[in-house]
Amino acid sequence: MRWRAVARTAFPFVVVLALWEIVARLRILPPRLFPTVETIVAAFVRLTASGALPHHAADTVLRLIAGFALAAIAGIAIGIAMGRSRLAEDLALPLVSMGAPIPGIAYAPLFLLWFGLGNVSTVLLVGFVSIFPIIFNTWTGVKAVKEVWVRSALAMGADDRRLFHKVILPGALPYILTGLRLGLAQAWRILVGVEMLAAVPWGLGWMIFGAREFLNTDVMLAGVVVIGTIGLTLENLVFKRLEDFTVVRWGMMT
Amino acid sequence: MRALADRSRSLRRAAVSLLLAAALYDSLARSGAFPPALIPTLPTVGRALIDGLLDGSLAAHTLYTLYRVLLGMGLAIAVGLPLGILMGRSRAIEDFFLPLASALMPIPSLAWVPVFILWFGLGNATAIGIVFYAALFPMLLNTWSGVRAVNPIWLRAGRAMGAGARSLFWKVIVPGSSPFVITGLRQAFLRAWIAVVGAEMLAASDWGLGWVIFDAKEFLKADLMLASLVVIGLIGFAFERLVFGSLERATVQRWGMVHAGKD
Repeated sequence: MRWRAVARTAFPFVVVLALWEIVARLRILPPRLFPTVETIVAAFVRLTASGALPHHAADTVLRLIAGFALAAIAGIAIGIAMGRSRLAEDLALPLVSMGAPIPGIAYAPLFLLWFGLGNVSTVLLVGFVSIFPIIFNTWTGVKAVKEVWVRSALAMGADDRRLFHKVILPGALPYILTGLRLGLAQAWRILVGVEMLAAVPWGLGWMIFGAREFLNTDVMLAGVVVIGTIGLTLENLVFKRLEDFTVVRWGMMT
Repeated sequence: MRALADRSRSLRRAAVSLLLAAALYDSLARSGAFPPALIPTLPTVGRALIDGLLDGSLAAHTLYTLYRVLLGMGLAIAVGLPLGILMGRSRAIEDFFLPLASALMPIPSLAWVPVFILWFGLGNATAIGIVFYAALFPMLLNTWSGVRAVNPIWLRAGRAMGAGARSLFWKVIVPGSSPFVITGLRQAFLRAWIAVVGAEMLAASDWGLGWVIFDAKEFLKADLMLASLVVIGLIGFAFERLVFGSLERATVQRWGMVHAGKD
C-alpha cells in the first residue's frame, strides 16, 4: 500500500525528467542552455563536494534567519501594542496599511542606496518584507482573545504580567504563528531576488545569477533545486513542528 | 453614537500619525545629516512624481509593467483555471499534477530569472514568463481546492433535478468553486506584482516601473525611486480594492456565498 503511494507520487517526476532528457538529447536547444539531467546532477555533486554549494546555501539561510528574527521580534511587539492599546492602533495602522501593498523587492534599490551593497541591506530588506504579515496577524490575534478569558483571569487575581503570559500570549498564538509563517514565506520569495541585486559574495541567489555570465545552466538548475528544497523544508518541517509543540498540544488547534 | 465618536477619533489619530511621519521624514531630509540625493524632501518626491506623470514617462513605464503583469496573469489563468478544474474532477489528473505543483510551488519565481534570461533573452518574454510562473500555482491550487470543496449534496440535488453534465458544470461547479477561484486570483496578482517588479530589475529592458527604480539607483535619483514606489503601491492597492473587490461583489457576494466584510 505504502509503495503504491510512493510510486504514484514519483511517477509524474519520472515522466517530466524523461521528457526533459529527451528534449536535452535531441539538442533542440544548445546543450549549454538546456543540459541533460546527468549534467545537472554532476554539477550538484561537484559543487557539493567542493563545499561551494553548502557555503552558498548556509549564507542564504543565515540571512533569512537574521532578517526574519528581527521582523519577528519587532513585529510581534508592534502587533501586541496595537492590539492592547487603542492609541497605538490608531497611530500605527495607517503607516502599516500604507507600507504593506508595496512589494518588498521594489524597495531593494532604495535599501541598497541607503545601506550599501551587501549583507546589511539584504537582512534589513528581508526583515522589512516579513514584518507586515507578522504585525497584522499578531494584532488580529490579540484582538481575538476572548474578553471572557481576560475578565476571568483578572477576577482570579492575575496581574498584568501574568495576564499577558498566561492569557493574551497563548490566546493570540495561533494567529501569531500564521503571521510568522506568512512572513517567512514572503521573505523567502524575495530573498533570492535581493541576493542577485545586492551582489553579496555568497548566497544561492548570487550563485545562480553569477552562473548566467558563464552560461552555466547546469549550476543554475542545481541551485534552483536546492532553493526549492529549502523552501519546502521551511514550510513543512519548521512550522508544523512549532505548531505541534504549542497550539496543537494546548488543544487550540487540531 | 459611541461608535461614531470612536471612528472619528481613529480618523483624527490616523491623520496625525501620517502627518507626524511625514514631518519626521521631511525634517530628517532637511537636517543635512544625509546627502539630499539619498533622502530627498517630500516636495522633491512630489515634483518627481508630477513631472513623471505630466511628461508621460512614468505613465509609459506603468503601462509596460501593467502589460507584462496582465499578459502573464492571463496566461496563468488560461492554464491554471482549466487544469485546476480537471484536477478537481479527475483523480488521475490530480495524481499526476499535484506532486509536480507541490514541488514547483516553493521555488520563488525570481529564482528562475537567470534561467529564463538565458532561454528567452532580456526583455518582455522573460518578465512575462516569470509573472506566469508566479501566478500559475496560486491559481491552480485554489481552483483545485474550490472544485473539490463543492458540496456533494448540491451535485446530487442538481442531478436529481435532471441537470446534465453540462449544466451541472455551469450552474453548480463553477459558481460553487468561485470563492476559491477569486481568492486564487487575488493571491496570483499579489505574487505576480512582486515578480514583475523583480523581473524588470534583473532582466532590464529599459521599460517598466521596476527598471525605473533600478536605473534610478545608478544616478542616485532617490526622488524618482520614491515616486515610482508610490505608483507601484497605488496600483497594487487599486487592484486589490477596486478590481478584486468589485469582482467579489458582482459574483460571490451577490450569490450569497460569502458575506460582505465590515467595510
